[in-house]
Amino acid sequence: MKVALFIPCYIDQFYPKVAIATLELLEKFGVDVSFPSRQTCCGQPMANSGFEHLSHTTNQLLVENFSGYDYIVCPSGSCTLHVKDHLHVNGEDQAVSHIRSTVMELTEFLTDVIKVQSLPAVFPHKVGFHQSCHGQRGLKLSQMSELVAAPYSKPEKLLQMVKDIQLISLDRADECCGFGGTFCVAEEAVSVKMGKDRVADHVSHGAEFITAGDMSCLMHLEGILKRQRSATRVIHIAEILNASAQ
Amino acid sequence: MSSAPTIGEKQLDHAELAERFNKDEGRVDWHDQTLWFIRNKRDKAAQSLPEWEELREAASRIKSNVLNNLHDYLIDFERNAEANGITVHWARDAQEHNEIVHSIIQQERITQVVKSKSMLTEECHMNDYLAKQGIEVIDTDLGERIVQLAGEAPSHIVLPCIHWKKEEIGVLFNKHLGTPEGNCDPVLLTAAARENLRTHFMSSRLAITGVNFAVAETGEIVICTNEGNADLGVQLADIHIACMGIEKIIPQRKHLGIFLRLLARSATGQPLTTYSSHFQRPRPGQRMHVILVDNGRSERLGSKDFRNALKCIRCGACMNTCPVYRRSGGHSYHNAIAGPIGAILAPALDMKKNADLPFASTLCGSCTHVCPVKIDIHDQLYKWRQLLVQDGHVATSKKAGIKGMSVVLSSPFLYKAAGKLGRWFMKNVPKLTNNKFNPWFKQREMPEPPKGSFRHWYRENRKK
Repeated sequence: MKVALFIPCYIDQFYPKVAIATLELLEKFGVDVSFPSRQTCCGQPMANSGFEHLSHTTNQLLVENFSGYDYIVCPSGSCTLHVKDHLHVNGEDQAVSHIRSTVMELTEFLTDVIKVQSLPAVFPHKVGFHQSCHGQRGLKLSQMSELVAAPYSKPEKLLQMVKDIQLISLDRADECCGFGGTFCVAEEAVSVKMGKDRVADHVSHGAEFITAGDMSCLMHLEGILKRQRSATRVIHIAEILNASAQ
Repeated sequence: MSSAPTIGEKQLDHAELAERFNKDEGRVDWHDQTLWFIRNKRDKAAQSLPEWEELREAASRIKSNVLNNLHDYLIDFERNAEANGITVHWARDAQEHNEIVHSIIQQERITQVVKSKSMLTEECHMNDYLAKQGIEVIDTDLGERIVQLAGEAPSHIVLPCIHWKKEEIGVLFNKHLGTPEGNCDPVLLTAAARENLRTHFMSSRLAITGVNFAVAETGEIVICTNEGNADLGVQLADIHIACMGIEKIIPQRKHLGIFLRLLARSATGQPLTTYSSHFQRPRPGQRMHVILVDNGRSERLGSKDFRNALKCIRCGACMNTCPVYRRSGGHSYHNAIAGPIGAILAPALDMKKNADLPFASTLCGSCTHVCPVKIDIHDQLYKWRQLLVQDGHVATSKKAGIKGMSVVLSSPFLYKAAGKLGRWFMKNVPKLTNNKFNPWFKQREMPEPPKGSFRHWYRENRKK
């Protein structure tokens, strides 16, 4: 099984440790994984701003870099969903449809393909899990509170395998953090207020760490926590699942 | 009724109005929690029905059938309604609708009418129109009466004065209805409104209502209220005018068993509205009119991407669940219908004026999944964004910024160089990003730049 590692642009440039944790985690499970070196971005920043027509080159790059693999694994629900829903290249229908159907978010790859039953990870902390909307409502990684349906959560199932972790519960289990791509600057006031409210929910329940499957949500929440000089920190779920005893 | 705030000639956009709303954080918290309480009530009500998701699916499919056969159902409705003694009118747009209402009122030489809740008349700005013709409309829904006395538009389609605190209503009623100064006891205030409205009910010969459902098979309309104000108005009046968008049709009476159960639970968490009243024919001596209004709906029906928005039953659940709406307030959408559903309906009415609204969302998708008729609201927001940009409704600065970004992201070389440069500047010249012109930095710290990128690390550590 050949797996390509798809690293979101902002993780590559600003949070390399998240990409390293993702790579090491996949390697721990014996996955034959490599990082196609000419990848850049899924094109979502343009498309969500209404400029989908400017993402044709990033789409082409995606097809060039990620064709010929069994799976493409990405530590972001949002980028994964964007590729799944919106990747399009004229004349490359077959390659595109293969990519769209084999691109997977990290935690769903671990639970559904690798079928992980146990993890060597240790993380002796109180942790709040933030549901990133695109992973949850888009990729259906967890059940959403809007529906009348049986609960489940692929990322939380993995977190529960981590030794000594204490997962806290929240007042609002799956409210958006307010990042929203360019929304975070175009609608600065509401974006920050949403982020502050999410942070407050986690902090009031004693979270030492806020984790999520999407670093973009966490970057936004981290910006707020740091401005508040809070002791609570953010950490990507890959870092926790890859954490060993200190 | 006041329109949205402006500076000079320019109408403020959603982001600007939202920023203004956020100046009082305590008020934002109160507004958010009030609406979240209703979202929770909705959840409990929905969870009490194990068949909830099947009901949503059935409702969505019935509405698909209605949209696919709208022409026939409308003709059926007209024929059956007229056989029941109802006069049916067709209005192409808001102007025609207002003129029809006015001509009926004029024939009767009436100067004051009562009106129960109708978002369609808000959409048509009917009250303003009639006021210019010297006709006063008294809104009889308590929430609508409150915003009417305040000279405002409703901020929510089900809860028109949800942005008002009871203390403020006390002051308003003291001024307009003479309630004791400083008294904000809800029982006292409601009694005062009731007494005042009663005089209008008693003296009004004409009642205007909205329509929740119009049944093609029977030619009857159904109106849902909690206050009974539509019923009282109609029962006391000689003339009843019911105004409806053409999408309010349902095929058969039995379908109400699905829609009535979904509507009240989604709107307020009640099992059923207090009154779900059927009006099938005028009572002896009464005259009854139904106005079928298009106002852009036919055009939307012809658009594959946006036609599903016509399934909306106006429950307001998407507003209550929307994390943006709860923190920006209904007036920030500067339209009769606010929130996520308003943001996909308004651009169809006026793209230029409402170009900001599809961007007033994080695309979290909560609206789509709370919607009782399964409208793909957040996907439509995404599609509106594409259309608005293609039609040129976008600021030049934004266009340039996105274009620049796409150039960088389209070239692995430029992308690598820009990342390196970005990290260097953030580390060595933090003032370049950490300043008041950067909206990110206003209330958030910038991420700490790492030593190098992941691709650099990968080349050093993994590449054989």
